[in-house]
Amino acid sequence: MTTDVRPERVGAPAPAAPRRRFRKVSQRNTVAGLVFLLPTLLIFLYFSWGPIVRSLVMSLQHTNLIGPARWVGLTNFTDLFDDPMLFTAVRNSVWFALLALVIGFPVPLLLAVAMSTLRRLGGLFRVLVYLPVVLPPVVSVLLWKWFYDPDSGLFNQALHVVGLGPYPWLQSGTWAMPSLVLEATWAGAGGTVLIYLAALTSVPAELYEAAELDGASIRRRVWHIALPQLRGIILIMLLLQVIGTLQVFTEPYVMTDGGPNDSTVTVLLLIYRYAFIDGNFGMATALSVLLAVVLAGLSVVYLRATRRWSS
Amino acid sequence: MTGLVTASDRRRPRIRLALGSVQAALLLAVVVEGAGPILWMAKGSVTGTQELLHHPLALLPTSPQWSNLAHAWTDLQIGHYLFNTVVLVGGSWLVQLIVATTGGYALSVLRPWFGRYVYGAILATLFIPATVTLIAQYQTILHLPVLGLNLVNTPAAVWLPAGANAFNILLVKRFFDAIPRDLYEAAQVDGAGPFAVFWRIVLPMSTPILAVVSLLTVMGAWKEFLWPMLAISDPAKQPLAVALPRLAQSSDQALLIAGLFIASLPPLIVFLIFQRYIIRGVAFTGVKG
Repeated sequence: MTTDVRPERVGAPAPAAPRRRFRKVSQRNTVAGLVFLLPTLLIFLYFSWGPIVRSLVMSLQHTNLIGPARWVGLTNFTDLFDDPMLFTAVRNSVWFALLALVIGFPVPLLLAVAMSTLRRLGGLFRVLVYLPVVLPPVVSVLLWKWFYDPDSGLFNQALHVVGLGPYPWLQSGTWAMPSLVLEATWAGAGGTVLIYLAALTSVPAELYEAAELDGASIRRRVWHIALPQLRGIILIMLLLQVIGTLQVFTEPYVMTDGGPNDSTVTVLLLIYRYAFIDGNFGMATALSVLLAVVLAGLSVVYLRATRRWSS
Repeated sequence: MTGLVTASDRRRPRIRLALGSVQAALLLAVVVEGAGPILWMAKGSVTGTQELLHHPLALLPTSPQWSNLAHAWTDLQIGHYLFNTVVLVGGSWLVQLIVATTGGYALSVLRPWFGRYVYGAILATLFIPATVTLIAQYQTILHLPVLGLNLVNTPAAVWLPAGANAFNILLVKRFFDAIPRDLYEAAQVDGAGPFAVFWRIVLPMSTPILAVVSLLTVMGAWKEFLWPMLAISDPAKQPLAVALPRLAQSSDQALLIAGLFIASLPPLIVFLIFQRYIIRGVAFTGVKG
């Protein structure tokens, strides 16, 4: 297996002397390849491949991370399913993902369609739309926590001016989650807008012109040309959004710490609590493994979608 | 430029009026949504606490409290935490750059026989987000296998795991793949070894991709929260993002807003300087940032 067959060389008549030289080169490439791959191999062994395998092992053990671990079979998983918090966390995470789709999916699409009609100032609009994405998530969350304050918060004060409220943004079990989703949408929509916008500008202008000759209004052109042309990228963004929202942590941890009444305890927050509050690392990894299975399944669908739509 | 709205549409007065009003509304919405909260934060950072609490809607502070920023810097030790962030971000950037360039070079140019297996194993990690291996990662930095080191509360606990980024390697490898191989082979014939090819030919040619990877990694590292919080539990060594929620519970609100504003300035400045590359990078790589 040391012959390095490069595509360009296949089928080319190779004289005897250069071939020997190439074998030497390919042997040298094996050694040099190993040397150059060393940082990658070490880093991935320690911090990617290793932890993946370790997670599987740890989900079958009781461990406090310091002393020797004890094999317990599937006990962590059965403990997990006996914990009513698991059901709460899964329901909350799915609820977060659904709300994020309802709020966070149409808005970027509409913004991108409207921005695609601009003939001037496009650059300025792009910068403005992307600004919130640049902020560190912790800053955005703390800032919005301030906005959501029931008495002196920006939102209730502004709504008070028009005679509404006050609303218990983060203090009610019903409204806390939608409030988190609103913040997360604000913080993340800019990137999605830019991706949709790039896809929209690559829609051939002839399609619109032909539709116009057929008498299609602008609204019909959006519905029957722009959106169908975008359906591949829309599917990809949907999947990416679901994969992202199922891992949400900073918003519920910093803004509500899971409350009120556990209404914002997400799966990742529960993993964190199992491990770093309860010290039950086995149960925490068992839940991580289950989450990984779901996310990997979604990633496979995502990969298929990108393959199909980018080719 | 024609598109959704065609040239003949734009000649029709009714459509021009409708388009104009949609675009005006769009500008207003984008300014309020995009810049509004950041401008409010800027205003809040120089407003007194009482005024913040009672008149959050005011556009400008009655008398700017510039001392807020100085107090946040010293009293809340924002400067100290900011320095910690810079150290963590800088190291993560360097580690990611070293891994991506050496790995990409080996996989794209040297192509040892085992390269395809390594590349497959790297790509496979794209399916498993780092968040689901959090506990095992933590165990790893607590007691590094074979070496037996404890990295908790050292910058290396953040720097090294950052390097395990499959997407960087993918980007760099694809860029190297597009460089004509004749170039490397000509250099080899001239007697250049693998290291010389890497240092004198590949790296000088890869400025564009290194810039893209650098922007992605620096902006990404600046946003990190959960992992630095776990890896660095000593408050004195924590980065700003980890320290802010803790400070939020105990400090004067006006100083906190000033702290939030200071924490936002470096990424905002980097973005405004490199906005063209970052925006093009987002649309091109599909990384939402």
